[in-house]
Amino acid sequence: MADIAIATPPVEPVRSAGYWQNVGKRLIRDKTAMAAAAVLALITLAAIFAPIVAPMDPLQGRLINRLQPIGSEGHILGTDELGRDMLSRLIWGGRLSLLMGVTPVVLAFFIGSAIGIIAGYAGGWTNTLIMRTVDIFYAFPSVLLAVALSGALGAGLGNALLSLTVVFIPPIARVAESVTTRLRSSDFIEAARASGAGALTIVRVHVLGNVLGPIFVYATSLIAVSMILASGLSFLGLGVRPPNPEWGLMLNTLRTAIYAQPWVAALPGAMIFLVSISFNLLSDGLRSAMEVRQ
Amino acid sequence: MTAPFLSIQNLGVTFTGGTRPVRAVNDVSLDVAEGEAVALIGESGSGKSVTMRAVMRLNPENRSKLEGKIMVGGRDVMGLNTRALSAFRGAEAAMIFQEPLLALDPVYTLGDQIVETIRRHEPISKEAARARALDLFDRVRIPSAKSRLDNYPHEMSGGMRQRAMIALALSCRPKLLLADEPTTALDATVQIQVLLLLRELQRDLGLSIIFVTHDIGAAVEVADRIAVMYAGQIVEQATARDLIRTPRHPYTLGLLKSRAHDAMVKGSKLDAIPGAPPDLANLPEGCPFAPRCFLADAGCRTGSIGIAQISEGHQARCRRLDQTALRDAG
Repeated sequence: MADIAIATPPVEPVRSAGYWQNVGKRLIRDKTAMAAAAVLALITLAAIFAPIVAPMDPLQGRLINRLQPIGSEGHILGTDELGRDMLSRLIWGGRLSLLMGVTPVVLAFFIGSAIGIIAGYAGGWTNTLIMRTVDIFYAFPSVLLAVALSGALGAGLGNALLSLTVVFIPPIARVAESVTTRLRSSDFIEAARASGAGALTIVRVHVLGNVLGPIFVYATSLIAVSMILASGLSFLGLGVRPPNPEWGLMLNTLRTAIYAQPWVAALPGAMIFLVSISFNLLSDGLRSAMEVRQ
Repeated sequence: MTAPFLSIQNLGVTFTGGTRPVRAVNDVSLDVAEGEAVALIGESGSGKSVTMRAVMRLNPENRSKLEGKIMVGGRDVMGLNTRALSAFRGAEAAMIFQEPLLALDPVYTLGDQIVETIRRHEPISKEAARARALDLFDRVRIPSAKSRLDNYPHEMSGGMRQRAMIALALSCRPKLLLADEPTTALDATVQIQVLLLLRELQRDLGLSIIFVTHDIGAAVEVADRIAVMYAGQIVEQATARDLIRTPRHPYTLGLLKSRAHDAMVKGSKLDAIPGAPPDLANLPEGCPFAPRCFLADAGCRTGSIGIAQISEGHQARCRRLDQTALRDAG
């Protein structure tokens, strides 16, 4: 009885690829997500290298050339109401628009995750206190909140970014809180406690490792919303100020020309649409690529 | 006899979170000697897991009340502060869980999880910790251990995962291993392998083991001694041999009779204990088993029932042991 050999069938050695490597592989195979990523890369690169890429000065226009149609000589995408080259303005506008789309989400990602994880891990009345406070902000429609905050703080790029950050903290904190709460009662957290991990280690290693993925996916989908809201603020004169090119602002100033040159006037809107749908598709692809486990 | 490595004295656990307090564990005393394996058996909700979690102080502090005394290696577990508790968990006593897929963190490789646990307790380098992880994987008989260290939990089979979890639990060389139904989630052929592995590790490393299960067969396979729990109390404990051969508590008698083993003949009826376990929030007076007991009389339904010593190391919490002895003889 004492020496029963434990039968262990020979198994082919499996060299496991890292988790993120797997996610990457699956993402690359996703054609839609890759197309979206290509569009985003193209627009981002064009925006970064705007001084080289843009054919003309985005701020200099000749009034004689105002509102040229798409395809006119020297101005492939036409000109705006002040005779400035649309292509150049769209390329330069990508800088501010992308900045205003991404920055608030990145900031809110860190702040909202921290708030949600603390609330979810602490539980009890701490959770109630934090999450009800978050709910107060959540209760306002996001557009209204952004407009109200920007209006109160005064127009300008910094204030617009700040108010958008505040708008995105509650939804991110909600997601972080619900994922953390679900994790808190999971066996592996208890197993970690049983192996002597303190609260800090558990949050740093086990909670963060499992929570950041889902929040990240959610946050990428918010970039599109952020861009649209930022454009909205600029449209209302609360974000970027003229003559700086920004897609929302361009949409606003070209609004008067909608009957004269509808296609030119629609171009900034088309850019906003293209970028936001690309972010959404990429985030969808990321979500399904991350479901490798289980 | 030397002092037991783990000594639980008059442990009581009451959960106070709900509307009524639930008395999950009631006056439990249990000793485990160094290098001894003790199985706790009983049906769901009998307080097996709660007793074990109490040893690690894992029950939620703010929603449960602990009474009694728990000594591990001469130290009072109840008196440990947060810091000492962290040092105690994992290094002195470690735990294995029922479902390894849920008890292992899905986003880290097993090697990383073991290295992380070792380095939490000991100031050694990553390389040294990894070398020990490899050693542990070999010890728990994981084939091609080196490449398996880089696997994520979801890339392994159930039996392999349970071995990996045992390796993780042993990573800081604990002297006491608490196993919470370690084989329940595994299929039958893998179960016996894991049980044999536990038995072997216990012998080689001199581990004290508490093994919670509701499978009497598994308990007999692994344990030196068996304690039977019912409604938060240990109703009978004895060496595995004594308990199976000469059970004395009516509940143990019923439990053994109800095993499918003896009723494998087609058409024969499975002997079940009539009734259901009592509500722990509303325990009856006297013996909690009295309402279902075929021997219960009026005396069983009042006061508290003391523990009777039957022979060396064999005790039962019952007033009518003379009756069960007679039954046995007859």
